[in-house]
Amino acid sequence: MPTLFDICFYLFAATIVVSAIFVCFSRNIVHAAFSLLFTFFGVAGVYVLLSADFIAVSQILLYVGGILVLIVFGVMLTNRVTNIDIRAAIRSRIPAAILCGALLFIIVSLLVGAHWITFKEPPWGASPWNHDAVEQAINPTHSISDQTTSHGTAMELGKLMMTDYVLPFEVVSIVLLVALLGAAMIARRDGLSNE
Amino acid sequence: MNSLNPINQSSTISILPVGLTHFLILSAILFVLGIFVMLTRKNAIAVLMGIELILNAANINFVAFTRYGAVNLGGQMTAIFVIVIAASEAAVALAIVLNVYKRFQSVNVAEVHALRD
Repeated sequence: MPTLFDICFYLFAATIVVSAIFVCFSRNIVHAAFSLLFTFFGVAGVYVLLSADFIAVSQILLYVGGILVLIVFGVMLTNRVTNIDIRAAIRSRIPAAILCGALLFIIVSLLVGAHWITFKEPPWGASPWNHDAVEQAINPTHSISDQTTSHGTAMELGKLMMTDYVLPFEVVSIVLLVALLGAAMIARRDGLSNE
Repeated sequence: MNSLNPINQSSTISILPVGLTHFLILSAILFVLGIFVMLTRKNAIAVLMGIELILNAANINFVAFTRYGAVNLGGQMTAIFVIVIAASEAAVALAIVLNVYKRFQSVNVAEVHALRD
């Protein structure tokens, strides 16, 4: 009997795989960009299933709201819409398909053969998908202990970001600042190269 | 306390109880599709889309190991940093692509050979 978790996983997995395949084989680059949207939403759903709420929201805000808009702008700015150039040229697919199939076979056989030691509950607290939380949602009078209620990961991530990970946090903020300044500098219409 | 009893997953994979291996296989499929996009596309922006697919696959792995392993949110922190790096990478790469388009009137990566005139 499949649980809700399993059904949701296969739904999101199908969304991800189908839209990623469409990114691979779509002849129109604009269609590929818009099907990338569904891939990103599916990945956000997978993060929710993995009880990583903050990452899921970051995925939607940054990937869908930021990176995808950048990509669509890039597509619009670099393709002459009236031209045949908008259709992405396809290189020889057969060798690439053989290579990628072999790579997928190797990775999947390694993953299936590996002996993972997994834990039923996440180490930072109870998952919202566990049995007690679902039972409490169905029947609120059912008393459960405090440990099984989940508060999400945002608070823990914030604490970690200011304590253990403060150096990577600052470094990555500097990297982001430099990258955005550099991008603005490079993309400037009257760049230094014209002088 | 959390129940930290390890559940030894058997090596034969079954379809229904979705576990760590399912997420890893999903991530592997996404990774391979990203590689395929990077290999077959000539448009520089489509190659960038392939890179984004690969970064998403890596992120699924990080978050899945955080959920099923005992690494205590380290994977989710790494996933946040990966997302930020992907954002800055997309910004810089698109700026470069716009400059390439200005100079060569094309974003075909097979035609752009020279770093300068």
